[in-house]
Amino acid sequence: MSLDLSLLPDGGVGWLDASGPSSDIVLSTRIRLARNIEGYAFTARARDGERLRILSQVREAVSGVPSLRAAVTYRVDELAPNDRALLHERHLVSKELAGLDPQHPLRSGAAVVLGDRLGLMVNEEDHLRLQALRSGFAVNEAFADLDQLDRELGGKVPYSYHGEFGFLTACPTNVGTGMRASVLIHLPGLNLTKEISRVLTSLQQMGLTYRGLYGEGSEVVGNFLQISNQTTLGRTEEDLLDLLLRVVRHVVEREEEARRVLLRDAGYIIEDKLWRAYGTLRYARSLTFDEAMKYLSGVRLAVGLKLISGLSVYTLNKLLIFSQAAHVASAEGRPLTEDETNLARARHVRKALDAEAGLVG
Amino acid sequence: MVCDDCHENDAVVQLTAIKENVVVQLHLCERCAAQRGVETTVNTLPMHPLGEFLNQVQQQLVAAPTDAASCTFCGSTMADFRASGRWGCARCYSQFEAGIRELLRRVQGHSRHIGRIYQSPGGETLERSAVLGELRERLRRAIDGEEFELAADLRDRLKGME
Repeated sequence: MSLDLSLLPDGGVGWLDASGPSSDIVLSTRIRLARNIEGYAFTARARDGERLRILSQVREAVSGVPSLRAAVTYRVDELAPNDRALLHERHLVSKELAGLDPQHPLRSGAAVVLGDRLGLMVNEEDHLRLQALRSGFAVNEAFADLDQLDRELGGKVPYSYHGEFGFLTACPTNVGTGMRASVLIHLPGLNLTKEISRVLTSLQQMGLTYRGLYGEGSEVVGNFLQISNQTTLGRTEEDLLDLLLRVVRHVVEREEEARRVLLRDAGYIIEDKLWRAYGTLRYARSLTFDEAMKYLSGVRLAVGLKLISGLSVYTLNKLLIFSQAAHVASAEGRPLTEDETNLARARHVRKALDAEAGLVG
Repeated sequence: MVCDDCHENDAVVQLTAIKENVVVQLHLCERCAAQRGVETTVNTLPMHPLGEFLNQVQQQLVAAPTDAASCTFCGSTMADFRASGRWGCARCYSQFEAGIRELLRRVQGHSRHIGRIYQSPGGETLERSAVLGELRERLRRAIDGEEFELAADLRDRLKGME
């Protein structure tokens, strides 16, 4: 089975289009709900046949779920490794579902249903992972979509639910609401003013947590990080969302303040640094992923500060995704060595920036 | 000791296998062991921010006297949870209820859900799926125990219901 992402609205990257609120700082909002179906062992303990039955039960239910009317289903377990990596790089499936996590080999029955700003992973760590994805800082809007999907689907398949513990999940860190709400946020200003570690420490004291671009265990590169609720039990969904909303709003204000201070106190130094980042991306012949992230972060900041105009944030956001290894290999149409990847990555970045170069000033 | 397969990583698993009537001992790293289909319960680096804490709590976790020795639905034990950090099925939550309540208090700071209340689609559907689940589990155990007559009977009942 080959992967045709053109079937998806915006190729599944509409969430990066920078159309949402505060999208110069908050790239996207993602909320997921972990659910399991009654009558089966959890995914890791279920047999191949059970997972396939789960998948067929879910597919049948999905056909009657209005929120997923125009959705496309991909059998992740039947995709080639690079295609699975592609889905993961687009944040459409988790590393575990894509079978890219050495601790969790690819499972039979692994699938993803992708609709407009909504998705459903099947046979992840939990039988179901429902997720909503929005451009910018749009927590309530994302939850409204997700809650609707949850009600529609939960009315067709029986979820595992316990009067005292709530929605039951394989991992005790997800039980209760099963909800993890997160924002993908870009904080170069706080990094440059060296305030970032203080902000991150206070996040944790407030009951939130952070991680890199690719979720659990991934590193923070290019000042892009995900902030999410740490606990899932003992508070209502609304309370958890409200906490994220309030704290992230505060972090956005701190980032804006840091950017103002940078411009005021170090205007020409910053301007020079960020134009150099742009120059590197425009002309470099080889770029590692970390380098690309670092310079894209700089150029994104420059556009946010209006030091560089004529360059769209959507183009920069897309480059974050398209300069990853599986995307570069897919664009080249063949597997690449690391050196080849770095050369091809630089070429793709140059091409994307060239297209808008006439307008940049 | 270095892994006998990749000769790169440290071996953490000792595998005894019989190959052409000779007993061989293999020392494998976790990845190569997984490639050979060997399940390992080696503690790797915690991936979740809560992972390290969870690991500690997990290790201390003991079944309360009221808790079952193993889950009647999926067969998981407290030792399985300590090794993987994951429950085997929804029923584990009832079977190890006292231990889980204590674990949740420590990991989540609470043990009672106060969010969305869920009504499953029609009691009949739920009951049916529970019966189907039970039958599938009994079938699995019958096959494991090589009780083929029982297995055939269960399979017929399942077919009838499905």
